[in-house]
Amino acid sequence: MRNMLTIAGKELRSYFNSTIAYVFMVLFLVLSSVFLFELQKFFVINQATLRDFFGLVPIIFLFFVPAVSMRIWAEEQKLGTLETLMTLPVRDWEAVIGKFLAAFVFLLITLALTFPLPIMVSALGNPDSGAIFCGYLGLALLGGSYLAIGLWISSLTENQIVAFISAFVICLVLFIIGVDIILTAVPRGLVPFFKGLSLGSHFSSIERGVIDSRDIIYYLSMIGFFLFLNVRTVEARRAL
Amino acid sequence: MIEVRNIQKHFGATVALDDVTFDVARGEVLGFLGPNAAGKTTAMRIITCYIAQDAGSVTVAGHDTREESIAVRQRIGYLPESAPLYLDMGVIEYLRFIGHIRGLDDPHLNTRLAEMIEVCGLRRMSHRTIGTLSKGFRQRVGLAQTLIHDPDVLILDEPTSGLDPNQIIEIRELIKTIGQQKTVILSTHILPEVETTCSRVLIINEGRIVASGTPGELTSRGEGDARIHVTVKGTPETIEPALRRSGIATEVRLLGADAGRVRYAIASAEEEPEERLFQLAVQNDWVLTELHRESLSLEEVFTRLTTQDVTSS
Repeated sequence: MRNMLTIAGKELRSYFNSTIAYVFMVLFLVLSSVFLFELQKFFVINQATLRDFFGLVPIIFLFFVPAVSMRIWAEEQKLGTLETLMTLPVRDWEAVIGKFLAAFVFLLITLALTFPLPIMVSALGNPDSGAIFCGYLGLALLGGSYLAIGLWISSLTENQIVAFISAFVICLVLFIIGVDIILTAVPRGLVPFFKGLSLGSHFSSIERGVIDSRDIIYYLSMIGFFLFLNVRTVEARRAL
Repeated sequence: MIEVRNIQKHFGATVALDDVTFDVARGEVLGFLGPNAAGKTTAMRIITCYIAQDAGSVTVAGHDTREESIAVRQRIGYLPESAPLYLDMGVIEYLRFIGHIRGLDDPHLNTRLAEMIEVCGLRRMSHRTIGTLSKGFRQRVGLAQTLIHDPDVLILDEPTSGLDPNQIIEIRELIKTIGQQKTVILSTHILPEVETTCSRVLIINEGRIVASGTPGELTSRGEGDARIHVTVKGTPETIEPALRRSGIATEVRLLGADAGRVRYAIASAEEEPEERLFQLAVQNDWVLTELHRESLSLEEVFTRLTTQDVTSS
């Protein structure tokens, strides 16, 4: 537990020591606002709601989260520091969860920096604050799932670009299989399965303002599952 | 302190370690010697629990590396080859991180940190980012990292590579000092390093131990006849026939003749060839100006064992 927090603290500090993390953060904030105001015509629609914002961020996250997660293990392998880390008296799961926590906190901080948007909508009208809360909760859970996937992928390679692209593709596939266009193309019997598996369809129900324990459990198990795979990958490296 | 029993390790079709067994006692500095890709690093990685062996067992201070990996890792300080470090961290920040993971509490950590900076000569660099340090200083940070928790066992993979000659001497002295109370395994392919720092040497080649002993034992093992250099006042015409007749030498080779002296290299199968040669000189009234036994250098032992053995086995 103590080791986990030590690792998380060290990782989190390294985000704020590196320029790249700030670049990603700023890029995320700029892109989400540009898309919201320019593409979605926020002011033209003339409604005090953040629904469009919550619709956009999962797409931007598809790029942002793999960009954050790609270096986490890959860089350790490239630099050789994995050898030091893995020979310290740290259990594999402590290292995995510590790294996940740090990246998740970084993600939450980035998300929190979009706070001017809810303030703005509240100033302009009378938004549904419950829906906004749910939207953020959904984004945190969705982002956490992307992150767990990206972290696992990063442990499989020492090449950050490979890690980025693979994580992007897997997240994209898991997100998109719940989209209506895809669902109409698959055999009817498989629709509930696709919907149940999709990162996207669970998000849309939370974002509508309904907190269903099934959705929360779904995301938590996604995160748990990929972190578990990550621990197994790290363990398997020892037997290599 | 460390017991390695019949370990084997394969990477795909290549055999990295083949039935390797050895012990390291407390207070011993063991040198792994061997050409590149001989299995030195693999053996170290197995002892430090970075990778697991395919067969055999390793115990460190009575703890099995597979069953009680954490207990083993707590007792070891490990410096991997070329000292990999987090380049974006500061020297102190990095050592603090390692210290925390090693379970040192803050007051204790602060004293250890100050000691390490002193011992490893990092004072001027302590506020720098690791990425801006030269290879030699990174190596020192790596060494500080392995020592910070005052471990019983030190495993150092090529600890002096990339250092300048002065630094090499400093680090060797440091290892010697530390080695008096601790158990150290270091790997190298620099032979003088082994002679100056190690109390025992294992020569590894192609995943097998081909020789083991103190540096002295290995060099005097000599592999065959004793070789003696002898210089006598006189001419080859008078000296050489007498030498050959005496029956001491199995081989007599003239090395040079000048200023009325002749110099020979003699190979002898006798127990005490020096004594017999001296008596021979006395009998013949020779003026003996040099008489010494050539010992095989560690270099020669190393070359013999790591080249011949491959073809013979």
